[in-house]
Amino acid sequence: MSLELSEPLQRVVDALSEKFSKEVIEVYQSTGITFIRVDADSIVKICYFMKDELEYIYLSDLFGIDRYTSEERFEVVYNMISFKEGSRVFLKVRCEEENPEVDSVYEVWPSASWNEREVYDMFGIHFRNHPDLRRIFMPEDFRYFPLRKEFPLLGIPGSIELPGTTPDTE
Amino acid sequence: MGLESALGEGYLTTKIDTLVNWSRANAAWPMPMGLACCAIEMMAFAGPRYDVSRFGSEVMRFSPRQSDVMIVAGWCSYKMSHAIRRIWDQMPDPKWCIAMGACASTGGMHRCYGVVQGVDNFLPVDAYISGCPPRPDAVIHALMKIQDKIKTEHSVMLDT
Repeated sequence: MSLELSEPLQRVVDALSEKFSKEVIEVYQSTGITFIRVDADSIVKICYFMKDELEYIYLSDLFGIDRYTSEERFEVVYNMISFKEGSRVFLKVRCEEENPEVDSVYEVWPSASWNEREVYDMFGIHFRNHPDLRRIFMPEDFRYFPLRKEFPLLGIPGSIELPGTTPDTE
Repeated sequence: MGLESALGEGYLTTKIDTLVNWSRANAAWPMPMGLACCAIEMMAFAGPRYDVSRFGSEVMRFSPRQSDVMIVAGWCSYKMSHAIRRIWDQMPDPKWCIAMGACASTGGMHRCYGVVQGVDNFLPVDAYISGCPPRPDAVIHALMKIQDKIKTEHSVMLDT
């Protein structure tokens, strides 16, 4: 399928495929959005390049995807914006089902911190070198990852504690 | 003037229970536990158009120690449930609870792992209101039901 790229996006794709010819795995379009899938191990390097050279200074969003039953089950998507170009780029990396791990981009965009905590909370993807990888929504002692496809919609009964129904007598 | 001019000279006889319940029922101060969009309807319930001060419940108290009726308005997550229960435990007896709207009553459309499927899982709810969100008059209806309930209570015992 041929790509229909806007001018700024064409520049990004050209620059990435020139500088990171090995790391760029595929470029594809879906529902009018261009996704660039890259090698997971070099995501920090590529993000630095996007920020410093191509001026995508704003990390708009970072989220996970569960591609249940597919090879390389988990996907992390980085959605970044260049105010200078007025354009938006989606980068993607994939990771394995067993011990999913991706390098943290906290050092590139500090705002990635809470997004990465959310992805960890919901999918159990670990971010290497994250400064404070704790759960962000679910209770600290929760043992499951709710947005994984095998997690039941209504949760696991008894897995989150409800308050006691008799007041403390002390 | 008021009552005394209608009655003239004289006196009334009543039961202590009736007198206490009458005064309690007409001064049920709400504890607004506004968790989501129902809280907006709860504000209208206290505002001038629906004017709950006709029923003596206009004094929204943000301190649990000064309130009698907790109105849980909105969906309640498992994390929030602990805070709500602590506030409930700090309210002085006697106290009553209204579960306002579908979410507080049953979890409503939030049928998922993070939301308590009805605040009656950890609170003794006296009145449930259907609706998403309920109209302010439905909240007044629940308050009147609670007033009816208060008026049937027996709180004073003769020490023999």
